[in-house]
Amino acid sequence: MDAENSLHEFLKGASAVADHRPWPRVVVDAAGWRALVDRLATADWSLLGLWGDRSDAGSASVHLALRDESADAADGIAVVTLLCPQGRFPSLAAARPGAQRLERMLADLFGIVADGAGDVRPWLDHGQWPVHRPLGESVGAERRAATDYAFLPVEDAEGSDSARIHQIPVGPVHAGVIEPGHFRFHVNGELVVRLEQRLGYVHKGIEKLMVGKAPAEAARIAARISGDSAVAHGVAFARAVEAAAGIDAPARAHWLRAIMAELERIANHVFDIGAICNDATFPLLLAELTVLREKTLRVAADCFGHRLMMDRIVPGGVTADLDAAGIAGLRALIAELGPRFKHLMRVYDDKPSLLDRTVGTGITRAALVHRFGAGGYVGRAAGRGQDARRNPSYPPYGDLDFAVPVMAEGDVNARLWIRAKEVEASLDLLRQLLDGLPAGPIVSELPMRSGEGMALVEAFRGEVLTWVRLGADGRIERCHPRDPSWFQWPLLEAAIDGNIVADFPLCNKSFNCSYSGHDL
Amino acid sequence: MWRVLSENLLRGPRTMKGPGVGNAAATELAGKLDALARKRLGRSLSIREVDAGSCNGCELEIHALNNPFYDLERFGLRFVASPRHADVLLVTGPVTHNMVEALKRTYNATPDPKWVVAVGDCAANCGVFAASYACAGAVADIIPVDLHIKGCPPTPVQLLEGLLALLQAAAGRMPAR
Repeated sequence: MDAENSLHEFLKGASAVADHRPWPRVVVDAAGWRALVDRLATADWSLLGLWGDRSDAGSASVHLALRDESADAADGIAVVTLLCPQGRFPSLAAARPGAQRLERMLADLFGIVADGAGDVRPWLDHGQWPVHRPLGESVGAERRAATDYAFLPVEDAEGSDSARIHQIPVGPVHAGVIEPGHFRFHVNGELVVRLEQRLGYVHKGIEKLMVGKAPAEAARIAARISGDSAVAHGVAFARAVEAAAGIDAPARAHWLRAIMAELERIANHVFDIGAICNDATFPLLLAELTVLREKTLRVAADCFGHRLMMDRIVPGGVTADLDAAGIAGLRALIAELGPRFKHLMRVYDDKPSLLDRTVGTGITRAALVHRFGAGGYVGRAAGRGQDARRNPSYPPYGDLDFAVPVMAEGDVNARLWIRAKEVEASLDLLRQLLDGLPAGPIVSELPMRSGEGMALVEAFRGEVLTWVRLGADGRIERCHPRDPSWFQWPLLEAAIDGNIVADFPLCNKSFNCSYSGHDL
Repeated sequence: MWRVLSENLLRGPRTMKGPGVGNAAATELAGKLDALARKRLGRSLSIREVDAGSCNGCELEIHALNNPFYDLERFGLRFVASPRHADVLLVTGPVTHNMVEALKRTYNATPDPKWVVAVGDCAANCGVFAASYACAGAVADIIPVDLHIKGCPPTPVQLLEGLLALLQAAAGRMPAR
C-alpha cells in the first residue's frame, strides 16, 4: 500500500505523547476520532486493543491500538487516544466488530459509553459486585439477579415463539473440568441455529488489583491472568514494564523466556490435540498426548522449578537460570518428543472415523477472521498468518529461524494441524535456543521512573497485548492485558452455525479460548 | 495405532506408585466424617469439579490426574459430569461474586453425604486476588469446606495426597486421630 494511506501518515498531524514506547501514542480530538472510524471502513488496519483510562484528575479517556497490516514489521503499530470528559466516544463496533465486547467492558469497568454501539448489555458486570464502574467513578451498586440477562431472540417463519426452535442452556458450571461460562444454544432439531455466549463469571478485577502495585508484585498477578499462558502473559507484562521504564532485559533472559514460552506452547498444544480427539471419542490419543504433556511439565519443573513456570519471569529479566543438567534434560525431551509426536499425528491422520468428525466441522471463514483480527491457530487455520514472534517480532525471535504455518480451510481439522505444525516448529526452536543460548546475567535492574509501554507477545493461543503506565514512584498506575481470546470467542459463535449440537465440544476445544484471560 | 498399543502392552504401565497420605490433610479431615457416610460410600468417590474463579492453572493440574502417570481412577476416584452424581465437590479459585450463585446451586444440587475439597491457594485465601471488589472470598466463606489442598497450583502429587486422605476417611480407615 502506498505511504499516504498508511496508519502513521494518517496520524501525522496528531499530537504525540512523550515517553510512550516502543510505538507512538497520539491524542486525537473528537473529529479526528470520527475520521479514524470512517477510515477504518476501508483501511487494512487491524484492531489490537481498546481500553479505558482515567487521569489523576478523574477525566476519562480511551486508548485504541491499531496495526497497519500493509506496513512492514514493527512500523505499523500505533496507539490513538481520545479524551472523553463526558464519558462518551463514537463506537468502533460497526467498523471493527472485535471492539464490541471491549466497548461493553469499558462501560462496565469505567462507565465510558460507546455512542452508536448496537449492543449495550452489561458484559462483565453481572450485577453481583458491591460497586458499579470499579475503575471509573465507582459508586455502590444495587444487585440484580445473577440470571438477569436478555439473550438475543431467535425466530423462524413461525415467529419468535416457534415450536420448532428449542433452547439449550449450558453452564456456567460445565460437564467437564473446564472454566465457567454460559452458552445459550437455539436449536432446530439437531442443528444449531444460534449460539450466544455469556462470559464474565471468573472476572477477578485484575486491572484494578494491578493499580498501585510494584512491578515485581504485579508480575505475580500477570502470571495468573490465564494459568495456561502464565509465561506468555508474564513476558508481555515484563516487556511492557521494561518499555515503560526504558530498559531492556539481558540477552540471556530473552532466550530463557523463549525457552519457557516454547515449552508452554508445546505442553498446551499436545494436550488440546489429545482433548479434541477425546471429544471425538478416541481416547487413545488423549492418553498418549497427555504423557507427552506430563513429560514436558516435569522437564519444566526440573529446569525452572515450577511445572507451569509461574513467577519465573519478572520485569527486568527472569528469576531462574538454566544449568547444564537442565540443558541435558531439555535435549533429551526434544529427542523423545519429536518422533513420538510425529507418529501419534500419523495415527490421527490414519483414522477415517476421527477425520469424519473434524474435517469440515466448525468452519471459520477467512473474511470473519480478518474482520475480528483473530490471531493464533484460529486465524492461521483460516488464512490469517499473523504471529507476534514474526511481526512486530521481539527478541530473541529475530535471531531464530522458524515457520509460521497457515492453512485455508478454517475447520477443526485445520486448527488441529496448525497446532501440530507449531509443536514441531517449537521443538526446532528449542534446539536453536539451546544451541545459541548466550552467557551473562539474567536480570537487569528496573529504574524507578514514570513512562508508558506496550508489548505484543505470541501466546500459544495467539497474540497477547499488554499496556502499562508507570508512575514516578515506578509503581503501576494502569495496566491492561488483552488476551487473544477476546477476538476468538466471537468467532466460535459463528463457527458452530449450522453444525450439530454434538459437534460443539469439538469446535470449542479446537478454539480453547481462555475464560479467565478474557474475564480478567 | 496397533504399534502404539503393542508398545504399551510390552512396556508395561507408566503409572507411578501412589503417594502416601499427607499428614496435614489427614489431620484436617479428622472428625469431619461420620461413620454412616464412610460405610455407605466405601472405597469409591465421584468428584464434580467446580471452577469458581480460578486462573485455570488448578484445572490443568487436576486434568493431569487423569493422565497415565497418575491415573486417578485406579483409586476409585472419578470425575462426573453432574453434581447430582457427585460425592465430592472439588472447588478452585477465589470465589468471584459472579460465581457465588452458581457455586451455591451446585452445592445444593449435590446429594448428602458430600464433601467439599478446596483446591489451591486462591480457594484457601483468595491468593493474589485477595481484596478485589470482584471476589466474594475463599471457598469456605461461601460453602462448608472439609479439606484444603494448598499450592499455586498444587502439583498432581499434592492433589493425590489430599484426595487419598479423603478416600481413606470415607472408607472408614482413618489414620489415628
